[in-house]
Amino acid sequence: MIALLIRDLRLALRSGGGFGLSLAFFLIVVMFVPFGIGPDSATHAAIAPGILWIGALLACLLSLDRIFQLDFEDGSLDLLATAPLPLEGIVAMKALAHWLTTGLPLTLAAPVLGFLLNLPAGGYLWVFLSLLVGTPALSFLGTFGAALTVGLKRGGLLLSLLVLPLYIPTLIFGAQSVTLVLKHLSNATAFSVLAAISLFTFALIPFAAARALRVNLR
Amino acid sequence: MLSVTNLGCRRGDLRVLSGVTFRVAPGEALVLRGPNGSGKTTLLRTLAGLAPPDGGTISLRGQHPGDSPEDLIAYAGHADGLKSQLSVGENLRFWADVFGQRNIETALQTFELTPLVNRQASNLSAGQKRRLGLSRMLVTGRKIWLLDEPTVSLDVESTAIFAQMIAAHLKTGGSAVLATHIDLGLEAARTLDITRFKARPEDHANPFLDGPFT
Repeated sequence: MIALLIRDLRLALRSGGGFGLSLAFFLIVVMFVPFGIGPDSATHAAIAPGILWIGALLACLLSLDRIFQLDFEDGSLDLLATAPLPLEGIVAMKALAHWLTTGLPLTLAAPVLGFLLNLPAGGYLWVFLSLLVGTPALSFLGTFGAALTVGLKRGGLLLSLLVLPLYIPTLIFGAQSVTLVLKHLSNATAFSVLAAISLFTFALIPFAAARALRVNLR
Repeated sequence: MLSVTNLGCRRGDLRVLSGVTFRVAPGEALVLRGPNGSGKTTLLRTLAGLAPPDGGTISLRGQHPGDSPEDLIAYAGHADGLKSQLSVGENLRFWADVFGQRNIETALQTFELTPLVNRQASNLSAGQKRRLGLSRMLVTGRKIWLLDEPTVSLDVESTAIFAQMIAAHLKTGGSAVLATHIDLGLEAARTLDITRFKARPEDHANPFLDGPFT
């Protein structure tokens, strides 16, 4: 399974498209917001956590259809499914590789982009922490969507529609765990729920996505 | 040993084959014959466990009592499952790691891929890709090979190498089920024409799966 992780990371690095694209998209979204809403730094500070979270979520969404589609097209997915690895493990490794190439770079970039949005000083740590805890859930939920739509021609649209509602809880609690801190309130509940969502997806998604893949490989 | 009894195969919601019965003993190869669309690929995918059987049984038994039945089969489909961004060596190394094998040198030498080991798979010709795809079978370490049109885009010499590889595999107690139109000249090969297992639509007709009434 480690071999699969290494292969996926190597492929993501060599093809470039994967994580460069998400990161560039995130940068563009966040940079355009101040231009769109005008130069009022108080407004920027108020909406910064939400914008950073929405940007990260959309950037993550961009690369989801690549998780299984390429492996499906070149036949690797059939071969992996007949390999001695459990399909659940394959799914978990794919999701982890997606997070390492998408979620993690977005998390690292977010505090820097927070500066562009005039994020108040207390927010940087929590933007980083909430994304660090929340983006794995985005990758795992997205992997489930990708497993459901693999093999469909132009399944990208369906994938977005399937995954967006699943992303909403993560978005709400992720953004809240930053906003509440900025309002000098306790974010313990929001942050715990965010962590719980992530843990829940780690436990459940590999099994659900493996079932979906088995159906799609028939 | 692979033994199949009264197996039904389904491709999507279409019944393709029914009543398929055969046995493949260790050291034996079975060549599936039949025109295009007769269900060779579907049968191989069902044997590989990718598609669920539509009735009937597939029984697998290793030569050693400890062998786990699902760890006997290696499948190679139409697509080679190669990653064009990886080199020949990296592609093969990956599959060797997945199957828990160490040695990829023998597999590279068998298909004369050693000089290409650092070449990107995107720069290989169709025949070279196929050779790399087939050499993957050697790093699986599995006894029963399921091969779907293995000789497509291979030249005459490579086809001969492939036939030798199969013969060597059979000698070590392995077995193979191949869907191919080419005579590989294997001594231990039997031929099975699968057209006689063609499913008739009226057998156990299911109105939800077999389409509208006509």
